[in-house]
Amino acid sequence: MTRSSRAMRIGPTAAALAALAAATLVAGCSSSDSTPAGDTTTSAAASPVTGDITVFAAASLKKTFTELGEKFEAEHPGTNVEFSFAGSSDLVAQLSQGAPADVFASADTKNMTKAVDAGLTAAAPVNFATNTLTIVTPPGNPRHIATFADLANPGNQVVVCAPQVPCGAATQKIEEATGTDITPVSEEASVTDVLGKVTSGQADAGLVYVTDAAGAGAAVTTVPFPESSGAVNTYPIAELKSSENSPVAAEFVELVTGPTGRQVLAGAGFAAP
Amino acid sequence: MTPLGVLRTVTRSRGPGGEVAVGLPRWVYLPALLGACFVILPLVAMLLEIDWAHFVPLVTSESSRAALLLSMKTATASTVLCVLVGVPMALVLARSSFPGQSVLRSLVLLPLVLPPVVGGIALLYTFGRQGLLGHQLEAFGIRIAFTTTAVVLAQTFVALPFLVVSLEGALRTAGRRYETVAATLGARPTTVLRRVTLPLVLPGLISGAVLAFARSLGEFGATLTFAGSLQGVTRTLPLEIYLQRETDPEAAVALSLLLVLVAALIVIGTSRRRSGGVL
Repeated sequence: MTRSSRAMRIGPTAAALAALAAATLVAGCSSSDSTPAGDTTTSAAASPVTGDITVFAAASLKKTFTELGEKFEAEHPGTNVEFSFAGSSDLVAQLSQGAPADVFASADTKNMTKAVDAGLTAAAPVNFATNTLTIVTPPGNPRHIATFADLANPGNQVVVCAPQVPCGAATQKIEEATGTDITPVSEEASVTDVLGKVTSGQADAGLVYVTDAAGAGAAVTTVPFPESSGAVNTYPIAELKSSENSPVAAEFVELVTGPTGRQVLAGAGFAAP
Repeated sequence: MTPLGVLRTVTRSRGPGGEVAVGLPRWVYLPALLGACFVILPLVAMLLEIDWAHFVPLVTSESSRAALLLSMKTATASTVLCVLVGVPMALVLARSSFPGQSVLRSLVLLPLVLPPVVGGIALLYTFGRQGLLGHQLEAFGIRIAFTTTAVVLAQTFVALPFLVVSLEGALRTAGRRYETVAATLGARPTTVLRRVTLPLVLPGLISGAVLAFARSLGEFGATLTFAGSLQGVTRTLPLEIYLQRETDPEAAVALSLLLVLVAALIVIGTSRRRSGGVL
């Protein structure tokens, strides 16, 4: 009885390992043979660019960049834009370890500077959007939080980002500028975790980016506060040295920093740089 | 002649069915070696990455010490909880039979295969402020969200199946012969359990508790989702590592090694005691 059940338990594990190995092999192959596809479909575009690019972008850009990627592929037939969304510092770490990518879009200048200092970028970074903090509360704002100072009220359970991550650094900056001392019940490692604690009703209020608040829709009530202008987060984008398809990468950066990019980003709540 | 060769000759000379040590086929060693490398190599890579000059200051910073202390405290508490409820659970699963038992066993072992984040979400909707039980607890003025209790609950949730599985296995392997004898001699069920069953499965219980402790120590996903992250309250060592990685990768690596060391010491220490003392 015990023996047979143990044997059965080994089965799926072995299968999972085999699948993992297979996936690694497939991933290895697909990244090596990234030959430009669809070379016969030269479109009406002035400079026909074709091929695949990989864009490493901050997690907060997921929605807007996915949309921009689709627009780009529609405008440039024969191109394919792949995205890897993660925390900006994770992305820089991956790039420094040799992850193949063509474009990097960071959620803050600090991580872009890290990339520039590591010699990863091929061109000077261009700022393409800004983001500011806002207070979010569960729907209906049950604790009647109206100002930034209300967050320091000991009766309110407030969740913020840890000072180590960009949104937490911005929070700290505003706290210092206004002389407000928030005692949070939790300092999360990512802005999505802060949002999650508010949408699930665990916290009375949280500090997130205006774009996160816009993305959460009716799941939160947004309480804007004027002091937020004291900590503006800037998003830079740059083409990478490791790019094997520089024309497409440059074209994509142009789309993001151009009017199409502005329109899509503004729709999600990002302000102009 | 290689030891393997000797073994094979011996096996052949005794013929099938004889009471001899059965040799392993030689080809087994290659995948076994590959598997061992797969586990050990990342640890070696981490060791190579460590900034030894700053190792001690990195792991003894205030936030690191707070995280380590919290991890040890919560992992101990959740191991105690696991033993308190896990032993009876294993006894019921191994020593009684009732309809739906196999379904119940699968459900109890579910956290073993569940991604911890999912466990955290499930706990949130149970003990969270608006959760199934949390809502009632809130009415009594008991708040679990963002407290150390939440960390212990998250760890217990993910670690419990480890204890139940190892103890149930030990109970089944031990069999019921001694218990039957004790009962025949007039011992009451509680006496049988206390004097016969539990001493018999003590090694299994210890290894189960060690596994549960190690799992609690490494718990990350459910804690992050359910308990939050605040120094000294809910930010355990894995959460501290995750956060340090943002700004100070060296500190993150140093803390990772510390976590590995603590876990290894506990596992090796108890396995030695088990083989030396109890068995």
